[in-house]
Amino acid sequence: MWVLLGIAVIVAGFMLRFNPLLVILASALATGLAAGLDLVAIVSAFGKAFNETRYVSIVWIVLPVIGLLEAYGLRERARALIGGLRGATVGRLLAGYMLLRQVTAALGLTSVAGHPQTVRPLVAPMALAAAEAQAGPLPEKESEEIKGWSAATDNIGLFFGEDIFLAIGSILLIKGLLEQYGIIVQPLQLSVWAIPTAIAAFLIHGFRLWRLDRRLNARRAPTAPAREDAA
Amino acid sequence: MITLQWVYILAGAAFAAFALLGLADASNPRRLRNALFWGLMAASMWAGDRLGDFGNGLLVIALVAIGGLGLGRGTVGEVAPEVRAERAARHRNALFLIALVIPATALIGTFLFKHLPALVDAKQVTLISLALGVLLALAAGHALLRAPPGLPLQQGRRLMDQVGWAAVLPQMLASLGAVFAMAGVGEAVGAIIRLGIPEGSLLGAVIAYGLGMALFTIVMGNAFAAFPVMFAAIGMPLLIAGYHGDAAIVSAIGMLAGFCGTLMTPMAANFNLVPAALLELKDDYGVIRRQIGTALPLLAINILFIYWFAF
Repeated sequence: MWVLLGIAVIVAGFMLRFNPLLVILASALATGLAAGLDLVAIVSAFGKAFNETRYVSIVWIVLPVIGLLEAYGLRERARALIGGLRGATVGRLLAGYMLLRQVTAALGLTSVAGHPQTVRPLVAPMALAAAEAQAGPLPEKESEEIKGWSAATDNIGLFFGEDIFLAIGSILLIKGLLEQYGIIVQPLQLSVWAIPTAIAAFLIHGFRLWRLDRRLNARRAPTAPAREDAA
Repeated sequence: MITLQWVYILAGAAFAAFALLGLADASNPRRLRNALFWGLMAASMWAGDRLGDFGNGLLVIALVAIGGLGLGRGTVGEVAPEVRAERAARHRNALFLIALVIPATALIGTFLFKHLPALVDAKQVTLISLALGVLLALAAGHALLRAPPGLPLQQGRRLMDQVGWAAVLPQMLASLGAVFAMAGVGEAVGAIIRLGIPEGSLLGAVIAYGLGMALFTIVMGNAFAAFPVMFAAIGMPLLIAGYHGDAAIVSAIGMLAGFCGTLMTPMAANFNLVPAALLELKDDYGVIRRQIGTALPLLAINILFIYWFAF
């Protein structure tokens, strides 16, 4: 039972926000000592596994390509595409953004969009403008809510798109870990299984955005149809 | 025959270039640490098989020590926003097309090279295709954008320094899994968890696995870190060894169940708290509140997907 000490170390270490690399090493140490291994054996076991799983870190060879494209305006181009999203309502706008985020993340372009790059300068202001066109001027509580929806949509689009790209940290982490248990899989075998969840995420979040639209529209409809053309 | 070794040589060259370019970046006050860190990664890629197990362990300790002290960031290589905007207007969607070369090559190569076992190591076709895709994308970028030859490496170095020590986190966690396996962590946790799962209930085990993945992620703030723990505790001993579940499905969708946890925790500050601050929300949890309504049903669906697809 003492080997569970390693789990306690990693959970507490992450909770207390120590440097994660240190936490992982400390957890390995605690686990190994509890299992009755000596220090040299633990360091050797970790070193052996680290060497065997080197391919997990080869994902970073894509950085020169991403860097080249970003220097030539990839992010600016992504911004132009987002700025051109047609969506008369906040729900449709955010659903369109989510789709764009999922597709680009699935192609490995996780950093073309994001909170500082696109949500704050583009998506949140566009969503606010669309919501006001639907429901008239918004009280502060609701404008805060629309901003929250914008950031949430970015996170969900990223999380449930990126694993479809096979050369991403999480996929290679799984491949590396499975190999430590003697199971060999190809990254593609793992990444295809991210697709059903990606579709489900789009449907669930899209449904919630549609309901947001209905709520905003319902409030506007009975009072004044005058700003119909504002959308 | 092209093997994974070739990819390691390429990756080692990239890390060595990052180290040397970092050393020359006078705007980074911690350039020596950055150079050492990426230099050690290059050494691991190039010479890992000759260092021995203990030597590799010492290399890891050195990486952790430097990473724990903290790396720095310089300003060399930054391109002015006006220049980028002008280039973006000129190249438009060609930029996406060049980016598409990498996943397209990885995908086509994975299927094609399987039939050419004399040319490419059949067990590593995807990773070899990925490396080939990177080289093809660089060639396409060079031809279409006419960038100076050194630019991709300098820009890659800039992005690498932005990622910092977190770059080795997945590899470290995969290695931790090996120590967990050796020490029998799975058996120990499994014995406890099995007290709470009805004997012989596959659905109960799948629910415990999916919920556990999300809960550990909520507590730790990191699905990557929760994964080796839950995999050792339930995924491997119960779902894969016990019920003969498909290992690829159990682990791939298990990770996504963890991502549902990431959406619900303030511990994942980068995704949930930083954006709230960036958008100047009064409520720190304003982003999390909008995410829970998607995360919970999606977690339930992930659990069902594992139950349906893996068994």
